[in-house]
Amino acid sequence: MEDKLREFFKTVFPDAVIREDFFRNQLSFYIRKEYLFDICKSLQKHPDFAFNFLSDICSLDWLDNPEAADGRFEVIYNLFSLKNRYRFFLKVRLSNEKPEIDSLTYLWHTADWLEREVYDLMGIIFIGHPDLQKIVTPDELEGFPLRKDFPLTYEVPQFSYNKDEPPELIL
Amino acid sequence: MGLEEKIPDSIILTSLDKMVNWARKRSMWPLGFGLACCAIEMISAFAPHFDLARFGMEVMRPSPRQADLMIVAGRVSVKMAPVVKRLYDQMPNPKWVISMGACASCGGIFNNYAIVQGVDKIIPVDIYVPGCPPRPEQLMEGILKLYKKVEQESLKGNRGKPAA
Amino acid sequence: MTEAAGKRTMTLNMGPQHPATHGVLRVELELDGETVVKATPHIGYLHTGIEKNAESKLYYKVIPMTDRMDYLAPMSNNLGYCLAVEKLLELEMPEKVIYARVLLTELTRIASHLVWVGTHALDIGAMSMLLYAFREREMILDIYEACSGQRMMSTYFRIGGLAYDLPDDFDRKVRNILKVLPDRIKDYERLLTDNKIFRKRTIGVAYISAEDAVNCGLTGPTLRGSGVNYDVRKTNPYCGYDKFQFVVPLGENGDVYDRYLIRMEEMRQSLRIVQQALDGMPAGPFRVHAPGIVLPPKEDVLSKMESLIFHFKIITEGFKPPKGAVYQAIESPKGELGYYISSDGTNMPHRMRVRPPSFVNLSALPKMIEGRLVADVIAAIGSIDIVLGEVDR
Repeated sequence: MEDKLREFFKTVFPDAVIREDFFRNQLSFYIRKEYLFDICKSLQKHPDFAFNFLSDICSLDWLDNPEAADGRFEVIYNLFSLKNRYRFFLKVRLSNEKPEIDSLTYLWHTADWLEREVYDLMGIIFIGHPDLQKIVTPDELEGFPLRKDFPLTYEVPQFSYNKDEPPELIL
Repeated sequence: MGLEEKIPDSIILTSLDKMVNWARKRSMWPLGFGLACCAIEMISAFAPHFDLARFGMEVMRPSPRQADLMIVAGRVSVKMAPVVKRLYDQMPNPKWVISMGACASCGGIFNNYAIVQGVDKIIPVDIYVPGCPPRPEQLMEGILKLYKKVEQESLKGNRGKPAA
Repeated sequence: MTEAAGKRTMTLNMGPQHPATHGVLRVELELDGETVVKATPHIGYLHTGIEKNAESKLYYKVIPMTDRMDYLAPMSNNLGYCLAVEKLLELEMPEKVIYARVLLTELTRIASHLVWVGTHALDIGAMSMLLYAFREREMILDIYEACSGQRMMSTYFRIGGLAYDLPDDFDRKVRNILKVLPDRIKDYERLLTDNKIFRKRTIGVAYISAEDAVNCGLTGPTLRGSGVNYDVRKTNPYCGYDKFQFVVPLGENGDVYDRYLIRMEEMRQSLRIVQQALDGMPAGPFRVHAPGIVLPPKEDVLSKMESLIFHFKIITEGFKPPKGAVYQAIESPKGELGYYISSDGTNMPHRMRVRPPSFVNLSALPKMIEGRLVADVIAAIGSIDIVLGEVDR
């Protein structure tokens, strides 16, 4: 199955793949963000592969890490084929200045809420999403909590000796 | 014995405070307000194994206008905090609050941007029940302590101060 | 009242505090009489920031936080996380650990389905089901307490095996459950399956077709009710599930009644797996031997110097796994629960992402109830079996 996928990418989308990773028996391709929608569409409609199940959309922040040279944000698409019982990953790197990528709500209805959550927590904008707004965080919270530069806002516990002072917030 | 012979039948002498407190504590109706994991232990406390109906809490009213006791069971997030305050304001007097579990008392294991560190930052709490989640027996112990607290109240309007 | 294309619709708010929304879920309904024109779920009232908090804790300290996400089936959350980290570290588990994990995970599945059938029947109107279901659940919680000391959030599965050895009366207690539960499940079916009121309220309600279900990303009994055969235990087996024999029930019409039948049958199949695991339980160590990653046995810590040093280092500093990212999916009672753990070589996870089955299942709710009556909304929300702790994390 891995060889069939590599063949597919080499023949149909020759300049989309930047590199490939095979870690702990799981295959993932780093692709350029312009080709994402076309790749997903052809994988979904392909009679042999039939990747008709989008499991998950995950986002990472590589701030302060040598991996950030390719792009600070990484978005990972988790595709599963019910016919072949096979799972693989598509990874896209986005830069800090322009974290935008095409939305996949036209292909899978799952992407609707998953993309809203990625936007809410990491701040990545999905072009073409019908209703991109906050979903889990409260409306007053500004900023994107899962980014590495957003503080955890740890409140120091109060004991009997500092009970009458206001609690100290470690940011 | 001595005193009962001198009093004719069916007359009891007591103070109004004691009578009212006894009626209030033995028929409290809790508000069905389960937020997270502690709610499941609260439902287990109402289930037949640890029956809570024998303490007078026969029904769990879903509407705040008909409830006296609010058991905050579970973690209160920043988005849910205004809702908790609104429900507390909608309950008519006299009302009591039990904060069940570690997350409602002090924030629990979640010390971050999204959880209010203790529900007593929003509403006044009478009894704190620790545990993660507390066993149904621990919740019953908290309720019995609340009964002792209710016995000390006075109708003169000083809620929380012992009578006389 | 709003004028919308000639029709007047009323907006009704099923607020965060509601006896039948299984937690703090807010559904905004636009009604035309009693028919639902548009439904919008609003979530986030239980957002806890677990994913952010996991980035500043050592690997084994995250396990209690995973317990509290899907709080009705805590052991399956632990199992997913431990399997993902063990995949990252490439550890092989001894036989006894595999059998014990499968046994306890299947008991968790039964406990979760019992709570589901109790609360679902309560929403529809059958109040006594809740009392029976919680009575049975107490037997399973008794086993949890004997194993680990805690009734619900046991944190019993650790990275590299189990926290403590199985207790001495484990065999007797599980055999008691195997003797008692099949008759009780038959009692529940006698109460509900042929009940006219239950059938009228659930047959034909909240229908979703197979293509729509796959497109919406549904998993678990909600998907299998529409006839799609996808169970992670059979398609990508993990933790020794390919050694056990069981059947995955499928439904035909994708309505609430079929999902109810599937969950009742799943309880019986779980009992079958528990029987096989108990009969074939081997003796052996309850932790793998991996110095530097897994805690050494206590007798060694008290007598040998290297074990003492390893114990100290693991507790204070943790271990450093290799760089890379893994994804491990398990079949929780609600659907496909996945953990995506990315490690950058330090002793804290760089990113822990949980793929929540209830979150994705809930996004299909508007498709199921638009065009139906208000009373069906309650049955639909109950049949998807959401747990808000997992939806909001």
